[in-house]
Amino acid sequence: MKTFYAALVATTLLLSACGGGKTDETKTDNGKTEEPAIKEILGAGATFPFPYYSKLFDVYNNEKKIKVNYQSIGSGGGIKQLQSKTVDFGASDAPMSDEELKGSPSPIVHIPTCLGAVVVTYNIDGNPGLKMTSDIVADIFLGKITKWNDKRIKEINPDAKLPDLAISVVHRSDGSGTTYIFSDYLAKVSSTWNTKPGKGKSLDWPVGLGAKGNEGVSGLIKQTPGSIGYVELNYALQNKMPIASLKNKSGKFVTANLESTSAASNVDLPADLRVSLTDTDAPDGYPICSFTYLLVYKNQKYDTRTEAQAKGTVNLVWWVIHDGQKYAKDLDYAPLPEKAIKAAEANVKSVTFDNKPIL
Amino acid sequence: MTIEYRNIRNKLFKGIVIILTVICTLPLLLVLYRITKEGISAINWDFFVNLPKPVGEKGGGIANALVGSGLIILMASVFAIPLGISIGIYLSEFKKTKLAYFTLLSVDVLQGIPSIVIGIIIYLWVVKTMGHFSAVSGSIALSMMMLPAIIKSTEETLKLIPDTLKEASLSLGVPYYRTILKVILPAGITGILSGVILSVARVAGETAPLLFTAFGNPFMNTNITKPMSSLPSIIFNYAISPYEDWHKLAWGASFMLIAIILVLNIITKIAQRKWRVQF
Amino acid sequence: MTINRSYRKIKLQYIGRKEIRRINFTEASFKKMLLLSAIGLVVVLLAIFVTLLISSLPSIKAIGVGFIYGKTWDPVVDHYGGLPFLIGTLLTALLALIISIPFSLAVGLFLGEYFRSGVISGIFKNIIELLAAIPSVIYGFWGLFVLVPLVRSLETTLGVPPYGVGIFTSSIILAIMIIPYSVSLTAQVISLVPANLKEAAYSLGATRFEVIKNIILPYTRSGIFAGILLGLGRALGETMAVTMLIGNSHIIPTSIFSPGNTMASVIANEFTEATGDIYLSALIEMGLFLFVVTTIINVIGRRVIKRFSIN
Repeated sequence: MKTFYAALVATTLLLSACGGGKTDETKTDNGKTEEPAIKEILGAGATFPFPYYSKLFDVYNNEKKIKVNYQSIGSGGGIKQLQSKTVDFGASDAPMSDEELKGSPSPIVHIPTCLGAVVVTYNIDGNPGLKMTSDIVADIFLGKITKWNDKRIKEINPDAKLPDLAISVVHRSDGSGTTYIFSDYLAKVSSTWNTKPGKGKSLDWPVGLGAKGNEGVSGLIKQTPGSIGYVELNYALQNKMPIASLKNKSGKFVTANLESTSAASNVDLPADLRVSLTDTDAPDGYPICSFTYLLVYKNQKYDTRTEAQAKGTVNLVWWVIHDGQKYAKDLDYAPLPEKAIKAAEANVKSVTFDNKPIL
Repeated sequence: MTIEYRNIRNKLFKGIVIILTVICTLPLLLVLYRITKEGISAINWDFFVNLPKPVGEKGGGIANALVGSGLIILMASVFAIPLGISIGIYLSEFKKTKLAYFTLLSVDVLQGIPSIVIGIIIYLWVVKTMGHFSAVSGSIALSMMMLPAIIKSTEETLKLIPDTLKEASLSLGVPYYRTILKVILPAGITGILSGVILSVARVAGETAPLLFTAFGNPFMNTNITKPMSSLPSIIFNYAISPYEDWHKLAWGASFMLIAIILVLNIITKIAQRKWRVQF
Repeated sequence: MTINRSYRKIKLQYIGRKEIRRINFTEASFKKMLLLSAIGLVVVLLAIFVTLLISSLPSIKAIGVGFIYGKTWDPVVDHYGGLPFLIGTLLTALLALIISIPFSLAVGLFLGEYFRSGVISGIFKNIIELLAAIPSVIYGFWGLFVLVPLVRSLETTLGVPPYGVGIFTSSIILAIMIIPYSVSLTAQVISLVPANLKEAAYSLGATRFEVIKNIILPYTRSGIFAGILLGLGRALGETMAVTMLIGNSHIIPTSIFSPGNTMASVIANEFTEATGDIYLSALIEMGLFLFVVTTIINVIGRRVIKRFSIN
């Protein structure tokens, strides 16, 4: 078995050597720049900012001729793949927990890229705009409210035509930052929720269907009459799905939009930027928002990583928090507030290669 | 029991058998109908030459997946064909040995392993070792799934070739390896080839083993050590998405995939009928 | 002609001892290569098993047998009970078998007894074979857009929660996918029933139905069983179509219309993102389980086929 293993590794290495050779060849026709240009950066993680990232990286490829391959496999996946060093950067909407940071091979920095809101969206006849309180949302997702014409939903939506239809809860089947943000909010506002199922990227859901990614959840909700779920704002808007307005801490019903999201971000930020924005105190703030982060290793020299690759990754991150910000609004994400950019800059600058700062 | 009753029962049963058989063909016709209907309207020039566009922008295509699928399968064939034929020759030449028994057992077991388990194994063996996802790991996974069909077709074809042919060659003083390579293999080549084509058709649509190996890539990539897109993986990703544009691309990609698979199957069928190994 | 050419070349090479030695060496290496490739395959199979076993050790150690009867799969608190998936897997596979058996038996009789040759038989044979050629992901995609709305309206009529996706929907697709596998074997064994047995029955005045019932089915019982078994093996490990249609819920299914999860679909959903060693290891343990179960099923299946073909 050992010999087989060795043979397998040898063939793989041989093949990767061949492949490597090929890229070197193509590199020369790329112009003889002083430093070897990198052509590809690999990232994976959150689906929540995926529409924004896919726009950003498309622009980045046009401008800098560097292909950023971003796979939206969910925040859990992003963290996992970064930890096992299969990607250049990870992406997550949930800041990494202390245990996750401890479980990583070396320190990781969080760089926020934009602000997003998680909205409650549904599919019922006529799709009336509904109002909801935190209790109602929690009880629907706990499986305690099972019908659309439930007394409690009717009470605060007297004008809406609510059908006598079973509620099908749709949640994420993959480890997700969107789930984290949503459950973080529910855990803050409902003590029942806090004890079970609690908050996290994957939960032991008491009811409902699972779907993969924000894409999958919105797809399933669109397909299933009577369903309700939570997705990032952009997914709901792009697919013309109805959005519930939520009662925030100050007792105001707020719809998720750029202003109410930005309002929620107006808090003091810790240096590592791991912060929860849910259930905001801001009177006009939407209660379920969050930063979404790119994650990179603080010390970029690991394994066989080249300085060029490290530099390319850091340059990309720097570009995202500056030039990239202007693309956020069009896709319904709130750009970072000035305070957050300053803090993010400090974080990017703290990244080193061989103990030398990269920027 | 009167004879009438028995006759009616006889006819009734035949009717049921025919009805159930006809029902069995419905899924194929329905799948083909729907995919052709939706797929053809999705296919245009952009579809073949463009890369996927960010959500909401028109004119995206699946060029990356077409190239990716082609490369991944080509590489898988390069791994699987020599190995498969070689094992097939061993099985037909040394069928009485203990090793042949275990090898044949392994072929059967390999054929039955769920594709997702192959994905796990290649993730642990190749992706972890290399440190990142890559097209080549996807090819290795697919090549493992191709092996059983190639081995079986080689073994079964060679079994049909009469010993006299081999003995004639050997008696002329031709070395054993030349006899196998220049006499036996060419005689059975169509049978082996149809096995190879069938195995390609079988893995062309495999998705599960690519999820953790070839991964995916929104850009055109021809570097086999980097992640690569493929037809089945974009069908999966786009099918579960909420976007109409992406659904369209998924139908188009499904149509392409089905068309390729059908053509390969038909080629095998014709090959088997026309150039059947006969002695 | 091929032989001629080889012969001539050999004659040319037959000059000195050196050449003979070279040929002998090539000969030996050729045989060695054949031997090595055959050994290699056995080794790969063993290596798969050992790798799966070693990689599942952390979870086996941490969870133990609780893995089989544990009802909650909760990555938040690092607790992994596989019962919901075990039940989901068995339920979908068994339901798929129940749906598929009448069909595969009928098609087997159609191809192996009623229409043994000719154009009609050829057409149906090819169609059934092509059913097996359609990729799983396309079945899933098609199911999502065609079957799910149908099942949903059925569920609305029945008054159960109209999810559309769930155990039932996956089972239908699975049934379609396993029919060709069972049929290929069933048709084969049915066509192998000795003619003299059937003729003896006919000469006693039996109708065709009676021949099928009293001669063919009893005679081919073990072969049909093997076909069903192979279909079961297929159904247990099928991934993509099921992942797209089963509803991905970690709750133990309470009815056939419930959403659920199978072992394969959980692996597909969670493997790339399993943070934590035990989480990953628990997923690999399910892979090990699938490997062992499908291996046993296949070995038994092939045994039965072998015994049948010797008879």
